[in-house]
Amino acid sequence: MNIIREIFWPLVAVLAAFLVGGVIILLLGDNPITAYSLLLSNSFGSLRDIGWTLHYATPLIFTGLAVAVAFRCGLLNIGAEGQLYVAAFAAAWVGIKFGGAMVEIAGKKEDWSWMSLPAFLLVPLCMIAAIAAGGLWGAIPGYLKARFGSHEVINTIMLNFIGIALVGYFTQYFYKVPGDPIQRTAEIGEAAQIPRLNEFLTFIPYDVPLNIAFLLALLMCVLVWAFLWKTKWGYELRAVGENPSAAEYGGISAKKQVIVAMTISGMLAGMIGIGEVQGTRHHFEVGFSADWGFLGIAVALLGRNHPLGVLIAAIFFGVLSRGEIFVDAFTRYVSKDLGWVLQAVIILFVASFQTYTRRKGGATKI
Amino acid sequence: MTDIVIFSLLFATIRSATPLIFAALGGLFSERSGVINIALEGLMLAGAFTAAVVTLQTHNPYFGFVAGLIAGAALALVYAVACIKFEADQVVAGMAINFLMIGLPALISGVIYDSTGSTPQIALADKMPMVTNSLSWGSILAFALVPACWYILYKTPFGLRLRAVGENPAAADAAGVNVIRFRYTAVMISGILAAAGGAYLSTGQSSLFTKQMTAGRGFIALAALILAKWRPVPVLLACLFFGFTEALTITIQGMIKLPSGEGIPVQFIEMIPYVLTIIVLAGFIGTSRAPKALGIPYKKES
Repeated sequence: MNIIREIFWPLVAVLAAFLVGGVIILLLGDNPITAYSLLLSNSFGSLRDIGWTLHYATPLIFTGLAVAVAFRCGLLNIGAEGQLYVAAFAAAWVGIKFGGAMVEIAGKKEDWSWMSLPAFLLVPLCMIAAIAAGGLWGAIPGYLKARFGSHEVINTIMLNFIGIALVGYFTQYFYKVPGDPIQRTAEIGEAAQIPRLNEFLTFIPYDVPLNIAFLLALLMCVLVWAFLWKTKWGYELRAVGENPSAAEYGGISAKKQVIVAMTISGMLAGMIGIGEVQGTRHHFEVGFSADWGFLGIAVALLGRNHPLGVLIAAIFFGVLSRGEIFVDAFTRYVSKDLGWVLQAVIILFVASFQTYTRRKGGATKI
Repeated sequence: MTDIVIFSLLFATIRSATPLIFAALGGLFSERSGVINIALEGLMLAGAFTAAVVTLQTHNPYFGFVAGLIAGAALALVYAVACIKFEADQVVAGMAINFLMIGLPALISGVIYDSTGSTPQIALADKMPMVTNSLSWGSILAFALVPACWYILYKTPFGLRLRAVGENPAAADAAGVNVIRFRYTAVMISGILAAAGGAYLSTGQSSLFTKQMTAGRGFIALAALILAKWRPVPVLLACLFFGFTEALTITIQGMIKLPSGEGIPVQFIEMIPYVLTIIVLAGFIGTSRAPKALGIPYKKES
């Protein structure tokens, strides 16, 4: 494949987004050059900035891969947001129930856990909980599509609302420390937590929360690539995405692949629970996601639904996430909402001009 | 007592169904011409935001309403260009439109009102008068549009051609119908109607715009459209059904108590319309047939 052709339209899309964004910043009454230099200098300026940028990129690698795997099967998973919420809550729940979590209520210590597992058991258990919960929340729309033919886009959107409400309910009524003004669960046990990278890579500044979930994300890029292009299942999944009727004719069950793709997609989105709950926050919090599930769509499209592309695109959006905090703080009118606009322009451009990424088997019906 | 409950439920159903009817009828035109309209949510938000801002600035609700419709048409044009001219994947482009309308209103509202979350309240004097205490002109318009759309779709040459474009664009083209122009028109009509639904939300049902105030109504309207098998009168019934579930959730929120004496947690009540949408889609889509050319860009054969 011609490398220039591969990256030409994504680059045009990014440039177009910045151009449109610049015009909007100008119309809002700020200086686009100031805004953009704030954006870039604060995300690449120092080792600390780069660390933070990669930290912001980590969840986007997971959701980008999640959306890309579904896309490869001809499915649009808009449900990564719901999947990652359910998964993060599951990780926190296991971390509380099996991690010997102690909660202080009105000066008295209370034990909320069932047992206290050692780290070598609890860390993987929490990870499995997150992956399984995310996978389940992805499998539901996959099953509904395969069994009833109902469209995954509407179902995943509905499951976003349902999943977020559901874990919000459990947090508020069962796992919140009484008196805590924030809608979050109690802290998970220490044995459930995963280390930050600066604990063994001492050149990373102390305040950078980048944790081993980043390494997991890199590993997933490799694994997803190997799965899609080096295994029979991956081949079948892509075959269904390319042309469902031809795949069926060749003896591949499109229905099975739809469920497989959505389950894997949900599992990948669910891995955000590992980094955010076990690594960064040590609790589940309502509203903790910075719309990563939706950003994943832009990441996947910009990355051409290829793991390497997803990695690069996720880092690009990591730059935006890191930088927009400073743009928000140091410009008068530009707020984080500019990110939605940039995303929308990128998606529109990629969808409009990247003609050869389109499915061949005809579009999905709604 | 029960009469009051039934009456309030009835009017709440009509109120909740109104934005859905506008949006679903909008989706009907677009999808009957062969263009998927998953951007209904964004188009509604465009109408809702523009109507609220123009009403606030001019103190004239009619200006606000019309401005909302224009905004919907303009945004729909962007969507139409992407889908028809550039043959973008309609679902992906539609989601981009939805994302755009999460960010753009917040940015503009931040500049004008110094708040990205919502606009100020519209004064009661600046709102459209109501028909009765609990019935608005917006609802009357929405209900009146149903037979109008039915007539346009089934009894006029325009409707016949529109349906032909959605079913078999090549044949329509051969018969001298300009497929591309029909699709542009249909998507713009759908933008105007969806925006009307949004404008009703922000200036009729409530008195301000809040970020993402449509809360999935665009998607529920789409589900209603599928449930109605892309026909106007069933669209009304499907929207009333979804409106009823929303009305029910509002009504039972304070009324029904759990055995423990507590109310039903708000999270569960919020979920009801979403769960119902999934069930309805699973149960009915098998018997539902989409316009044949839905989602497929039209290329003229040379």
